[in-house]
Amino acid sequence: MELKRKDLLDIKGLDQEEIQLILDTAESFKEVTGREIKKVPTLRGKTVVNLFFEPSTRTRTSFEIAAKRLSADVINFSVSGSSVSKGETLLDTARNIEAMRADFIIIRHPASGAPHILARNLRSSVINAGDGLHEHPTQALLDMFTIRERKGKIEGLTVAIIGDIAHSRVARSNIYGLTRMGARVRVAGPPALIPAEVETLGVSVFYDMEEALSGADVIMVLRIQLERQGKNYFPTLREFARLYCLTQERAGHAKGDAMIMHPGPVNRGIEISPEVADGLSSVILEQVTNGVAVRMAVLYLLSGSGEI
Amino acid sequence: MNLLIKNGRIVDPVNHVDQVADLLIADGKVRQIAQEIPVTPDAEAIDATGQWVVPGLIDVHTHLREPGFEYKETIRTGTMAAAAGGFTTICCMPNTKPVNDSQAVTEFILRKAATEGMVNVLPVGAITKGCQGEEITEMGDLREAGCIAVSDDGRPVMNSAVMRRAMEYASMFHLPVISHCEDTNLAEEGVMNEGRVSTELGLRGIPNASEDVMAARDIELAALTNAHLHIAHVSTQGSVELIRRAKEEGIRVTAETCPHYLVLTDEAVTGYNTNTKIKPPLRTLKDVEAVRKGLREGVIDVIATDHAPHAQVEKEMEFDSAPFGITGLETAVAIALQLVDEGVLTVNEMVLKMSGKPAKLLNIDRGHLSVGAVADITVIDPRATWVVDPPQLKSRGKNTPFEGWKMKGRVTHTIVGGKVVYKG
Repeated sequence: MELKRKDLLDIKGLDQEEIQLILDTAESFKEVTGREIKKVPTLRGKTVVNLFFEPSTRTRTSFEIAAKRLSADVINFSVSGSSVSKGETLLDTARNIEAMRADFIIIRHPASGAPHILARNLRSSVINAGDGLHEHPTQALLDMFTIRERKGKIEGLTVAIIGDIAHSRVARSNIYGLTRMGARVRVAGPPALIPAEVETLGVSVFYDMEEALSGADVIMVLRIQLERQGKNYFPTLREFARLYCLTQERAGHAKGDAMIMHPGPVNRGIEISPEVADGLSSVILEQVTNGVAVRMAVLYLLSGSGEI
Repeated sequence: MNLLIKNGRIVDPVNHVDQVADLLIADGKVRQIAQEIPVTPDAEAIDATGQWVVPGLIDVHTHLREPGFEYKETIRTGTMAAAAGGFTTICCMPNTKPVNDSQAVTEFILRKAATEGMVNVLPVGAITKGCQGEEITEMGDLREAGCIAVSDDGRPVMNSAVMRRAMEYASMFHLPVISHCEDTNLAEEGVMNEGRVSTELGLRGIPNASEDVMAARDIELAALTNAHLHIAHVSTQGSVELIRRAKEEGIRVTAETCPHYLVLTDEAVTGYNTNTKIKPPLRTLKDVEAVRKGLREGVIDVIATDHAPHAQVEKEMEFDSAPFGITGLETAVAIALQLVDEGVLTVNEMVLKMSGKPAKLLNIDRGHLSVGAVADITVIDPRATWVVDPPQLKSRGKNTPFEGWKMKGRVTHTIVGGKVVYKG
């Protein structure tokens, strides 16, 4: 049981069986993480390098815990700035790490496609932990895992993704994954935050949030980067919140049992109100828990190490 | 030593010649075109059986990078690439370091080209000092020193009043104003065409409108000033239509497109190959078809390369950080031949758009094979096949999007002023 690939760069390239395999495997690992002793020897002797070119606490920690629970050795390598400002190319940095015999390189980078450069040039397995505006595959996998766990299935569900779709790698990965698994995906936000021709990815576009939420089984709220303000994507955070903040009342337009998700970190009161973020329908912390199991599954399946 | 090109298909659209014949070159000039010119001891013979003998190709849009960026290309290597690609005359853009905005830089380029260059080099001077878009250059000086046009290529003049004054002033010296049409505010931080593919790849998009609005502005300014506007590297359906309308209205506008806008779409960016990162960006199939149609119908006058060499280390960067630009001198003929094969252009039209038309827009006595003309001649084997292997290219820049492409059509001889400067 393994993924017949060296790297996990995106969801777009995964077929339904592969996604299914990762989610099923993550279920076994979730059981492991619920034990008193949360560790298995699966990746003993393997080295995992977290190569992060952007600040991140949650994703990096999640990968680190996942790798440690598989008994791998983990090195965290944080670099600020792009290769241009450093004077060393990304590839040189990565080749140096590979020369120290890393088995896995987990990369987060502000430029879309950066993990692809590594994957093409290195023997190590490369896992994309978020590249620019492109994809964040393990986030989508943990989101799908959480949906499946709550709803029992993904197929046939209506998922509304709300907010800054254009600059969101989480949105892209979820659009690819959810549509591939048979969900109906809606996106909603102001026009400047909806990427060009996004309908061609199989989603429907809404500018009115309540319309987008109507009858939804899952509401996925995206983080709005505060820096977007002042660039005319929308006039002010105040007006953005007035139009797109997920409030209790707005959530009422979705189905009664709709689940509410957010990839974190949450801007309370801007894209989601505190009552909703902390409410009974919110699965935000479950997402975080499941993230570890899903990342264990990905590491395990890419390593091809046989039985769990 | 005279040169005798035997038995080639002579294609000279300016003189309406298309026939198999011999062509004799003496004293650097075309001496005679006739059937069966006898071989004499004072002439070296070139057997051109099955090949095309055409006026030396002219590229109105080349970046030679020298002075300032010799690590990307030099006048020596750039003109070697031109010779290998069949170009006997190239126009080098002013965005060097320092910018070619003065007589001194123009003279430097011409002196280097005379001593180290393989082909004719005609400098394009800057429209504004330092290509900063603020103060116009001393175009009288530039003209006298040898510039044949002005352009702020790569850094479009955003201020319409400055562009108006520049056009008025350039027209006094009969200098065409070459415009890189791009509203840089609208293009923002874009790195590829805006559309489905940019959305899929998560790369910031450059909308067609960023080109179209500037084409529209510059056409209006050409109408206002009666200057000769030449629109560089047309990539969108919208600008083709704007140029078509302008020509119908009698506005003095000419236009070029490049081989890559005729055979590649934004799909080529998939995989984040930085050798597909250019400005304007590779567009969609709809645009490619419109540009092809515009070329066939004469809306677009010229095929130019926009040869833009960069060092490998620069192109090995992340897609967002890599510089814009690809090389083109050595692949242009083969791509143009592909268009002939596909029925977009006839052989005559292709030759005209790569020699006669560029000569006309630059107002130089080249681009034809009349008896007495300077013997700038390109011999092309239209059936020769080859594979694009970047290390084999003469240009210092290996940044071609056509790596690995199987090409048909190759230059066998490039002759400048009666001398063979390249032999394939």
